Amino acid sequence: MEGHPGAVGRGDEEHAAGRNRAGGPYSRRGTIVYEGAVQELIDELGRLPGVGPKSAQRLAFHILESDGEDMKRLVTAITTVKERVKFCTICGNVAEQEQCAICRDPRRDPSMICVVEESKDVIAVERTRSFRGRYHVLGGAINPIAGVGPDQLRIRELLARLSDEKVQEIIIATDPNLEGEATATYLVRMLKTIGIPVTRLASGLPVGGDLEYADEVTLGRAFEGRRAMS
Amino acid sequence: MPSSSASRTYRTEGVVLRTYKLGEADRIIVLLTRDQGQVRAVAKGVRRTSSKFGSRLEPFMSVDLLLAHGRNLDVITQAQTKGAYGHGIASDYGRYTAATAIAETAERLTDVGEAGGAQYALVAGAFSALSRDLHPSELILDSYLLRALATAGWAPSFTDCARCGAAGPHTAFSAPLGGAVCPACRPPGAASPAPATMDLLGALLTGDWITADASDGSARREAAGLVAAFLQWHLERGVASLKHVERA
Repeated sequence: MEGHPGAVGRGDEEHAAGRNRAGGPYSRRGTIVYEGAVQELIDELGRLPGVGPKSAQRLAFHILESDGEDMKRLVTAITTVKERVKFCTICGNVAEQEQCAICRDPRRDPSMICVVEESKDVIAVERTRSFRGRYHVLGGAINPIAGVGPDQLRIRELLARLSDEKVQEIIIATDPNLEGEATATYLVRMLKTIGIPVTRLASGLPVGGDLEYADEVTLGRAFEGRRAMS
Repeated sequence: MPSSSASRTYRTEGVVLRTYKLGEADRIIVLLTRDQGQVRAVAKGVRRTSSKFGSRLEPFMSVDLLLAHGRNLDVITQAQTKGAYGHGIASDYGRYTAATAIAETAERLTDVGEAGGAQYALVAGAFSALSRDLHPSELILDSYLLRALATAGWAPSFTDCARCGAAGPHTAFSAPLGGAVCPACRPPGAASPAPATMDLLGALLTGDWITADASDGSARREAAGLVAAFLQWHLERGVASLKHVERA
């Protein structure tokens, strides 16, 4: 910040005297801040996930120094995404219409539903090009400490879908972490009564890794899920 | 001169209470350690499938750790599993909800840098019992809550009067006064639990599992309500995950 034309430092004498100028470049906590619009931008950017105060400051000055047309395109993209994008009424995936492209596609197999936590997981599964069924996005995983219980997820919508559609298999593809496992356990219990076969993605050793670095749980799961080679 | 790398790192053992996502692929791991109290440390790259940590730093795991002092948060450099409790807990929804309530309470009752050997032993023991399904999950949870509060200095009394010490058993329970109260000390609005409930509460506090396992559903439900009220009174606000706990 030192030497930058936008930065305003607090004089040592003033600091020693404990004075603060009304309307001066200080936050309520007494830390040095930028003037007006620049600080507002830094504050807004700092609210984004994974962006700390330093990153927010770096992004703000990048925006300030960038070409005006480039930044207009960024503003338009943000405005458009907020106006146009909504959630699919069937699966909960992000969509620009009432239903997402996958739910509208008649070539997709309606007898299989892959249950995922987030929309980004749909893209991860789609990248494999090995699943041709449809999806159901829960909107997260059960995490009571974070205040997320079954009622905060789209589980009711999944059960409603199963009563309407001719589904023959449900594939649970929640994250292979503890919250994902607990969510899968809860779903299996709920779906067991309906009588539709429920499967869970296999978990085990990652391709390209060394066996000696595998943790006990992963290696144990790999043994449980071993398959015949001949 | 002694090696500076030795002073930059330290070794401890702990249980993972919760995790927060950090950046692209990292997590902040909140641990309750045997000798350092609560520790918040960064596990770099732990969310990648190729991470060397694998499932070792998932909630409810008991681990042996090597940490490096960081500017803000310490960094976990090595982790070895001591007790893989997570898998056994997550395989049953009731156990999972009980474990999250235990983890949240432990986080609230302990502090950073404060030696927490007794609290650590209680949490590790509760996670171990849950993962092995030794007792009904709601009883393990209530027993943990009572013992953790007792260890923190808020030991309830379920026999003698918590106010005047008059010999029990007594029929009234007051969370603000510290448990069972005699007719003379009974404040307005005190609960009147069934004798079987008071017996169960006493058994949960002392670890009398024969009595606790033999208790019936109504005593367990009533005991759970009193334990939650006692916990909320002393922690000054409720434990959010308690309302998600699945009870038989």
